[in-house]
Amino acid sequence: MIPTIGAPELLAGAILVSLTAYLLLAGADFGGGVWDLVARGERQQDQRALISHAIGPVWEANHVWLILVVVLLFTCFPTAFSQLMIALHIPLTLVLLGIVLRGSAFAFRSYGGDDEPAQRRWGRLFASASLVTPLLLGTGFGAVAAGRVQPPSGAGFIADYIRPWLTPFTLSVGVLTLVLCAFLAAVYLTLETSDRDLQEDFRIRALVTGFVAFFAAMTTLALAWEEAPLVWHGLVASPRAIPVHLATGACAVIALQALWRRSFRLARVAAAAQVGLILWGWALAQFPLLLPPSLSIRDAAAPVLTLRLTLGALALGALVLLPSLKYLFSVFKSSAHR
Amino acid sequence: MTDLLAARSQMALSLGFHILFAVVGIGMPLLMVVAERRWLTGRNPIDLELAKRWARGTAILFAVGAVSGTVLSFELGLLWPRFMQFAGPIIGMPFSLEGFAFFTEAIFLGVYLYGWDRISPRAHLLAGLLVVLSGMLSGIFVVIANAWMNTPTGFTITAGEVAGVDPVAAMLNPAALQQTLHMTLAAYAATGFAVAGIHAFLLLRDPLNAFHRRALTIGLLVGAPAAILQPISGDLSARNVAQYQPAKLAAMEALFETRTGAPLLIGGWPDVERRTVRFGLEVPAGLSLLAHHDPTAEVTGLDRIPPGDWPSISIVHLAFQAMVGLGSVMALVALWSIWVVYRQGEVSGHRRLLWAIALSGPFGFTAIEAGWTVTEVGRQPWIVHGVLRTSDAVTPMPGLVYTFLGFTLLYLFLGAVVAWLLYSQIIRSPRQQDWHRVYSPHPATNP
Repeated sequence: MIPTIGAPELLAGAILVSLTAYLLLAGADFGGGVWDLVARGERQQDQRALISHAIGPVWEANHVWLILVVVLLFTCFPTAFSQLMIALHIPLTLVLLGIVLRGSAFAFRSYGGDDEPAQRRWGRLFASASLVTPLLLGTGFGAVAAGRVQPPSGAGFIADYIRPWLTPFTLSVGVLTLVLCAFLAAVYLTLETSDRDLQEDFRIRALVTGFVAFFAAMTTLALAWEEAPLVWHGLVASPRAIPVHLATGACAVIALQALWRRSFRLARVAAAAQVGLILWGWALAQFPLLLPPSLSIRDAAAPVLTLRLTLGALALGALVLLPSLKYLFSVFKSSAHR
Repeated sequence: MTDLLAARSQMALSLGFHILFAVVGIGMPLLMVVAERRWLTGRNPIDLELAKRWARGTAILFAVGAVSGTVLSFELGLLWPRFMQFAGPIIGMPFSLEGFAFFTEAIFLGVYLYGWDRISPRAHLLAGLLVVLSGMLSGIFVVIANAWMNTPTGFTITAGEVAGVDPVAAMLNPAALQQTLHMTLAAYAATGFAVAGIHAFLLLRDPLNAFHRRALTIGLLVGAPAAILQPISGDLSARNVAQYQPAKLAAMEALFETRTGAPLLIGGWPDVERRTVRFGLEVPAGLSLLAHHDPTAEVTGLDRIPPGDWPSISIVHLAFQAMVGLGSVMALVALWSIWVVYRQGEVSGHRRLLWAIALSGPFGFTAIEAGWTVTEVGRQPWIVHGVLRTSDAVTPMPGLVYTFLGFTLLYLFLGAVVAWLLYSQIIRSPRQQDWHRVYSPHPATNP
């Protein structure tokens, strides 16, 4: 069966692209916060300075991808948005706290002058918030994949507002998301410095988290068999999933090998592709459903005029955004510098 | 506290908090670009120092604005899922456009803040101008969405089902132009006056300080024209409210009875029980004149509105009085400043004017909070005027009072930190060692 592709599918695709950009860019910024938290050894101050230097100019632009996801969801798929916001009220509220504390603590540290202890305190807050946010956001992804985002049944507070997102599977998705963010950050950071020792520090971290990510992914898959059968089936048994799996696996191997051989540019491309493909594999596994087990992209879609206009706005926005983003990254990310 | 009240309080808190930073995100870039432009043409190092300090201030405030704006975009759904389910397809359009405008603002603010020695001075100034433009546009798009909640268009409801959704018609709703104009001017007036006020205050203690003098000038350059135009835009808004939201206008003026040649009420304490106003001053036929530009026109009073659909009269009336009063004072101070500049060449020698500017420093932001109180509380009990009640839009999630408390603590904490940082990093006169760098003994020969 070949599913039809119309405006709803294109917009669901746009949401997926924005989510991918958020994971690959902002996810790495969160990962940077994790490495700030666990910075150890004689070069810990240099590591922190490098992280701060790398995310400073870009984190706010990277953050906007999430706003785009939210706006596209409520404009184009209002029913799904409403269900998500009710069932995931608690984790999303905590994600918000994390976003607020991470962003403001980072800005306060960057612009708060040179009072050493205050800087350290903001740093710790920035780093801990960076840890919590992707964990909880990933838990929310898990809840969607497991088909647990449903209109409230009235069966009580725990059943309607806690159980949808607090299970072994959803937590494992949260951990996987966190590990992937840390992995991306470590890989990217190897290219942010020309200092050999620092590069080595993050190379080791990237290699370790790369392996941890593999085990986290396997654990998630195993738990999906029990808790998210639809996605498990799509990931394992469906013929359309196999090419994606092969590609993901190939990228993972290339990324680790490139890290081993210190081909950091190749490693960056492969790692980003690997993480992106994991997200896309999930999306493909549940296509054409938006919120399993029953709400499809088509059923959740807004009236067609809204969808068309939004597509127009996206095209217009892309026309402004893509050159601007290219400029931003070319000014700040074109070569390794400190 | 009921869940509905907790949700409303949390929304009010989040909006009230975010608006301050959003306004700064619109107004501050203009100040920093003006300062940078003056540096490029006049080469006075104080202008460069101001541009850099204001950029730093903008960075702190923009970061808090960005994250508190994210909170709002989620809270729309977290607190009012049924509103968003209904309104999303109709009014999501300006939010999408706002997303892009905000994105552009974030990108070029990054370029501006971190690009001082990476790109050419012209490219740097251009980046700043793009921040100004996109900041203004994002404010406009968000206010269009709010205007739609006040005067909803672009859909029909047949047998309880929404049909005929037309997002363009929704964006072109009757209040859109008036509200966006009023808010954009408010942003520039409030930011300009706040900056001018701070530096006027510091000049009173340190009258010869060239740093504060130039900062005051740039603050007034941005704030004064906006403050003078604001009453005109306020008149447009008031007439729009009179036409489309009679209950809100009646609450603003505490007009309990429908009247022809209705008087304008200045001050006064509404007594809702007895349906009268105590201690007010009435300007005969003033309200008819202002609302309909006709001294004999009929103005709808609260008697034509079912009491169940009344907003809180005292809050709306007092907030409206506060907004108009503060705005008028700002316009007068702006005119006075222009007069003094015209007569004496600059304002910094005029101590009485400096006092007036210093005192009206916080007026713009206070007026903005009051104005949003009028808009939002004045629309109650509706979340979408005449279409959807706030009580029908709230989430079924219980225990909202705890999230409300959590966000209150968070925002109090953030507000305190931001205030301290602004004081220590931006406002305080440059310290001795910086001072020598900025303020050489021979400014004319300074490169």
